[in-house]
Amino acid sequence: MAAVSLRDVRKSYTPELQVIHGVNMEIKDGEFIVILGPSGCGKSTLLRMVAGLETITAGEIAIGDRVVNNLEPKDRDIAMVFQNYALYPHMSVYDNMAYGLRIRKLSDADIETRVQKAAAILELGKFLQRRPRELSGGQRQRVAMGRAIVREPQVFLFDEPLSNLDAKLRVQMRGELQSLHRRLGTTSLFVTHDQVEAMTLAQRMIVMNAGRAEQIGAPLEVYAKPATTFVASFIGSPPMNLIPKDGKLLGVRPEHLEACSASEAMLTIDVDLIEPLGADIIVYGHIGDKDSARVAARLAADAKAQAGKLALRYAPQNVHWFDPASGKRIDS
Amino acid sequence: MVENRPWVTFFSHAILILGVLAVAFPLYVTFVASTLSLKEVMQMPMPLWPGSHLVENYSQALTGGTITGSRASVSHMLFNSLVMALVIPLGKMAISIISAFAIVYFRFPGRMFFFWMIFITLMLPVEVRIIPTLQVITDLKMNNTYAGLTIPLIASATATFLFRQFFMTIPDELAEAARVDGASPMRFFWDVLLPLSKTTLAALFVIQFIYGWNQYLWPLLVATDESMYTTVIGIKRMIVGGDSTNEWNLIMATAILAMLPPALVVMLMQKWFVKGLVETEK
Repeated sequence: MAAVSLRDVRKSYTPELQVIHGVNMEIKDGEFIVILGPSGCGKSTLLRMVAGLETITAGEIAIGDRVVNNLEPKDRDIAMVFQNYALYPHMSVYDNMAYGLRIRKLSDADIETRVQKAAAILELGKFLQRRPRELSGGQRQRVAMGRAIVREPQVFLFDEPLSNLDAKLRVQMRGELQSLHRRLGTTSLFVTHDQVEAMTLAQRMIVMNAGRAEQIGAPLEVYAKPATTFVASFIGSPPMNLIPKDGKLLGVRPEHLEACSASEAMLTIDVDLIEPLGADIIVYGHIGDKDSARVAARLAADAKAQAGKLALRYAPQNVHWFDPASGKRIDS
Repeated sequence: MVENRPWVTFFSHAILILGVLAVAFPLYVTFVASTLSLKEVMQMPMPLWPGSHLVENYSQALTGGTITGSRASVSHMLFNSLVMALVIPLGKMAISIISAFAIVYFRFPGRMFFFWMIFITLMLPVEVRIIPTLQVITDLKMNNTYAGLTIPLIASATATFLFRQFFMTIPDELAEAARVDGASPMRFFWDVLLPLSKTTLAALFVIQFIYGWNQYLWPLLVATDESMYTTVIGIKRMIVGGDSTNEWNLIMATAILAMLPPALVVMLMQKWFVKGLVETEK
């Protein structure tokens, strides 16, 4: 296990086309870090730079106290789990897990012990002699993780490993990943575009946008104090409402809005969409004409939602202010 | 389609049976002729039931060829054909899978240039470049050698292209996973690419075996010595002139012998062959 440092890491394919604009982060030993962002924000590129599958244009990446910029992936002591699992289709589950160890010239007995141990952790014991195509998606995912575990690396790298699974399995695998990390305590970097995965798995997360780290912090901290309008509107579902007011942007989360009488109204919306979710109801509407800001409010399940004017209020402590030009948070 | 129209069924079967007859009848006549004595073959019309000279004709052809025409033994021709039909596909497979590996998995200067060079040669059939090739082989004194028979036919754009297309369908992550696992490029080639290409290799082998076996024009030019005749050339050399002097029974026996190996290869490898053309193990 080891700490990982990213020091002003940059990546450009051509001088004009820069995809990572200097990311700085110190990842502590044993930490579970999630890199979150929309597609094309450079999050996978960043992970692949740590893995050694992409070259580093500028800056430094260190694993433990070694700068790994010029090391081959195999010499970085990392293991990676790919989005499409990348299992060797012609090898049995056992051989898939053992392949990296055989190349490292471990003894057969050692390999056997390690594979059996990983198989036990991941409940793959019954499937060791099967081929990947005879397994379900969740089982393949576990084999991919097993291939990473047997190596006993310093760092696990996960590149959207759950996005090929169906919704139910994703929730289950999320739980298994958490307990796996508790058990092994290996430093992990996990790339995803799914904010729920990020919120539930991360000890700390990096929210990325267009090649920049917009915010680094613990999930609840990022949720409670988004550093930029991008983070505010990327995290939370529906995202934070951003309403222009007094030359600034007022941010308030849908769950912090409540219906009230017209006299107490802090804002009034013209409701045009109602989504009853069972546990609560989400209403959407513009605050003025069609071009004005659109606001979503999460109301209690028993609220009487109907199209037309709806008066809403919020508590002052739940308000965020942003600078409309830079998008940065204004702390009062 | 589930349809129950007896006339359509009858009609389609009739056409299929006619088709089978059109292909099978000449083969049958060839076989019958190879079992008759020369005198019986020359009768008008030729009998359509197998005669009693099967063993005699075949052993004569295998050991001594024809009596009036070429006297080269067919067994030696079969051996020459086999050398050609094995060396050509094996050589092609070896060269083209490695060049496709280089083109798909390595970034080197002029990569696309070389790919297009290879690709453009697809447009030039052997016949177009046969005179210069023959000149080169003659200058290198490779006439009447196995090397001269096979090497010019080994370089193959088709197979390189086939493997390139196959490698492009293999997800990049597989190569990256192998890299993270610590496999060197050649190790990745042996441990992952080659096993995945098994069915493609098998299909290519069958196609190229038949291609090598059926070569006519090239051996006709290069193999001028009797000991280097392939079976296909042998048949041509057995036909010496006017109809009456040809020993059609022996020629037909040779023709049957020439047909057997490709048929056997196709039958034995059919399962693999079809697999390689229709599906890939990914």
